[in-house]
Amino acid sequence: MDNKEVCECATAIDKGPRELTIRLKLALIIASLAAWWLLYRQLEGLAQWVTYGVLGLARGTHLGVAVAFFLYDVPKIMMLLVLVVFGVGLVRSFFTPERTRTILAGKRETLGDVLAALLGIVTPFCSCSAVPLFIGFIESGIPIGVTFAFLISAPMVNEIALVLLWGLFGWRVAFIYMSTGLAIAMVTGWIIGRLDMERQVEDWAYQIRMASSPQTEQSLTWSARIDYAWQTVKDILGKVWPYIILGIAVGAGIHGYVPEGMMAAIMGKNAWWSVPLAVLIGAPIYSNAAGIIPVVQALLAKGASLGTVLAFMMSVIGISLPEIIILRKVLKPRLIAVFVGVVTVGIMMVGFLFNVIL
Amino acid sequence: MKIKVLGPGCPKCEQTAKIVQEAVAASGVAAEVEKVTDIMEIAKHGIFVTPGIIIDNEVKSTGKVPTKEEILAWLQTGGQP
Repeated sequence: MDNKEVCECATAIDKGPRELTIRLKLALIIASLAAWWLLYRQLEGLAQWVTYGVLGLARGTHLGVAVAFFLYDVPKIMMLLVLVVFGVGLVRSFFTPERTRTILAGKRETLGDVLAALLGIVTPFCSCSAVPLFIGFIESGIPIGVTFAFLISAPMVNEIALVLLWGLFGWRVAFIYMSTGLAIAMVTGWIIGRLDMERQVEDWAYQIRMASSPQTEQSLTWSARIDYAWQTVKDILGKVWPYIILGIAVGAGIHGYVPEGMMAAIMGKNAWWSVPLAVLIGAPIYSNAAGIIPVVQALLAKGASLGTVLAFMMSVIGISLPEIIILRKVLKPRLIAVFVGVVTVGIMMVGFLFNVIL
Repeated sequence: MKIKVLGPGCPKCEQTAKIVQEAVAASGVAAEVEKVTDIMEIAKHGIFVTPGIIIDNEVKSTGKVPTKEEILAWLQTGGQP
């Protein structure tokens, strides 16, 4: 009724103070970027200096190596996270799930699978709203396979994992992780689309007619996008910092104390069974990327092979028991089994592939 | 005025409910706040990204925790027919 008036009024309230400060915000961002860069370049030296100079630990000892590792990695990962989460936050302010749904509706199946997997990276998504989202997609006529491509890619290809891989192993590994994660999402979506799974969705999902479609997002100002991105940084870092510190501490311990090559025997290239084992152990475990990757780094450093470690990580992040339990409300067991099965096989194939080619 | 906060109980939904209650208390508007946690109910309301806020059958916000100022603005303007 008075909808227009409400909107105008609401934006007027929002705009007042924000318009004034957009220049200040941009200046702040540029200044912080410069400070970030200067500090980031000094981190390794600083960590060495604190470990061997201030704390007076001897070089080459187990404790010294572990402490230096810890003091270097914690600030490094935190700084990378702030930067990348902020950037991703800005990008995400352009992609709401509503918009993603509109883009995907009416796309052909194969193209839809590819798009859905890509949009899974940039669309903000929390696994607790997986079910309403699933129904929202199905209801607007998006094929079930395409919906799955999105649901698989959204948690698996996640920005925290990308940052950590990039920071710890370089951009190549991050790129491999992202592209294989996308491939698994696309292929699984495509396979589920071929299998006529429509009847494996609980009936109530089809009976629901969504009463009103959510209001169309009003376009945000740049100032609001910056606020949104900064809020994301605070949210995510506020949530993951204990895991990161704990993870890096475990990593530092392994780094300093576990002998070189010890992991090679049980997680190395020659142990073919290590890949399925890693996936079987990883699938029911749920941890966010932040907690798992520093451990993974330490395993790699001691001779575990990249394929095995990637497979372990993907199964921990990509298949999670809590999400499966939530999805069970809307999916029949057979579809759940197909979903978990195909993703598991996909992850194992990635593991084997990298053990062979790297 | 009837306010519904829709969400299956994730941290953001709890946060949203709390902010809504604070805003209602601060505004002095006579409003009834109801939490909807059943996933079927949420879907029926046309919300497919939680948390969602519905004021008098109108979807005001989805997929984010709104600020107290935003809610206050909705409360002030949404009250009149």
